[in-house]
Amino acid sequence: MSESLVTLALIAVKLGLIFAVILFMAAYLVLAERKILGRMQLRYGPNRTGPFGLMQPLADVIKLLTKEDFVPARADKWLFLLAPGITAVTALLVFAVVPFGPTREIFGQQVPLVVVDLNIGVLYVLGVSSMAVYGVVLGGWASNSKYSLLGGVRGLSQMISYELSLGLSLVPVIMMARSFSLTDIVMAQQNLPFLLLNPVAFGVFFICVLAESNRIPFDLPEAENELVGGFHTEYSGMRFGLFFVGEYINMVVLGSLLTVFFLGGWHGPWLPPLAWFLIKVLAVCAMFIWIRASMPRLRYDQLMNLGWKILLPLSLLNILVTGAVLLGWG
Amino acid sequence: MIATLMFYLLGAVALGATVMAIIQRNPVYSVIYLVKSIFSLALIFYLLGAPMIAALQIIVYAGAIMVLFLFVIMMLEVTPTNAATRTAPGWFHWGPVLLLALTLVALTLMLIGLDPVSSEGVPRWHASPRDFGYTLFKEYALAVKIISFQLSFAAVGAFHVGMTERRRARQEDAS
Repeated sequence: MSESLVTLALIAVKLGLIFAVILFMAAYLVLAERKILGRMQLRYGPNRTGPFGLMQPLADVIKLLTKEDFVPARADKWLFLLAPGITAVTALLVFAVVPFGPTREIFGQQVPLVVVDLNIGVLYVLGVSSMAVYGVVLGGWASNSKYSLLGGVRGLSQMISYELSLGLSLVPVIMMARSFSLTDIVMAQQNLPFLLLNPVAFGVFFICVLAESNRIPFDLPEAENELVGGFHTEYSGMRFGLFFVGEYINMVVLGSLLTVFFLGGWHGPWLPPLAWFLIKVLAVCAMFIWIRASMPRLRYDQLMNLGWKILLPLSLLNILVTGAVLLGWG
Repeated sequence: MIATLMFYLLGAVALGATVMAIIQRNPVYSVIYLVKSIFSLALIFYLLGAPMIAALQIIVYAGAIMVLFLFVIMMLEVTPTNAATRTAPGWFHWGPVLLLALTLVALTLMLIGLDPVSSEGVPRWHASPRDFGYTLFKEYALAVKIISFQLSFAAVGAFHVGMTERRRARQEDAS
């Protein structure tokens, strides 16, 4: 009994720690993004609040919390209030299966550094991340505004087009690791990360991840210069904040997924495993920010062409080639 | 014990959500309730020892087909109406919240039950993805192939119909 109580306590502690770390990282990614974007556009970015502007996320939270929580008159109130939560929660849920370090011994117990190591980990990730679109769509629809609706519908069609290539680009990874478990996938990359073994799958997955996170060059659902704010036009205060933070949580989570699937997870020389994991995730996030600073937004037909006519056949072909190579090798 | 309790809990949620999906007037609500029902069904599959089916249920039905439904409904320009819900009885308001809460309770119990140290909880006879794959693609290989052939026929058929429509439109433009 006490044994299982200790395990339960450890799970609770792990959950709490992950929750805190991800929210902290998301808050400071906002600041990092504003700083880096500022530097890339030859300006300073926020530097007034605290030393180097480090208190800016705190100030933002206070500002958003004290603003009016506004619901449009003709909006569908319940869905309108629910939608930002869906976005943030689905992004957080994905992290439940992401392993961020090898098994460690704490209080005489073998503790794997992952909340649950499901044997269908990859499918869980795909399933939960496909739920995220409901937040965008329902938020856009419930606002009862043309701009929001257009943003939501765009998010929907974009998700349908890229979800497929996202899943298919992971098939070679599963074939090489011979397992659906994320821990096994990391273990399989002990010597060589899958990025070097299968760069095509990495490329397709990276593009799909960018599309999934609704960031430039795939931010059509919230294209500011056509749709005001897209699906979150009508949101204010902390509900807008939840959408906003959800996007950055998504960045952290998708960065971790890229790290686990292609960059070898926590494996690396000299430094401790947790440090390697963190460095890789932050590098991917920095890459996202860099891309935002240097790319224009895709046109809608370009988006569809890229998804259906280039990425989908490419990932299918990649599965065939990987299968053939694995057969010839083994 | 926990497993039995969870089964009835999830069954109640699935039934309730399905009934709500049928009696709702607003199609968007119907879709949401259907997604909820699919979710509880997936959790029941998990409970019965088929994690693979559970995951596929969510990815394929909730993640793809319902999203497609929603896409079509959005195109129909259904606007949110509060008039119907304002006059509705009280359970119309807290019913959805209750269903969602029940699903979350079941999910939490399941995550606790997943813990290998505690003896009670989810049964241990889960079919691993590997076993599932062997059975599906070795024993039932022919059936799988026939079904996938049928699906590709359907895809080619749909493509063909779409093509002739477009060609017809082009001919009308030319004349």
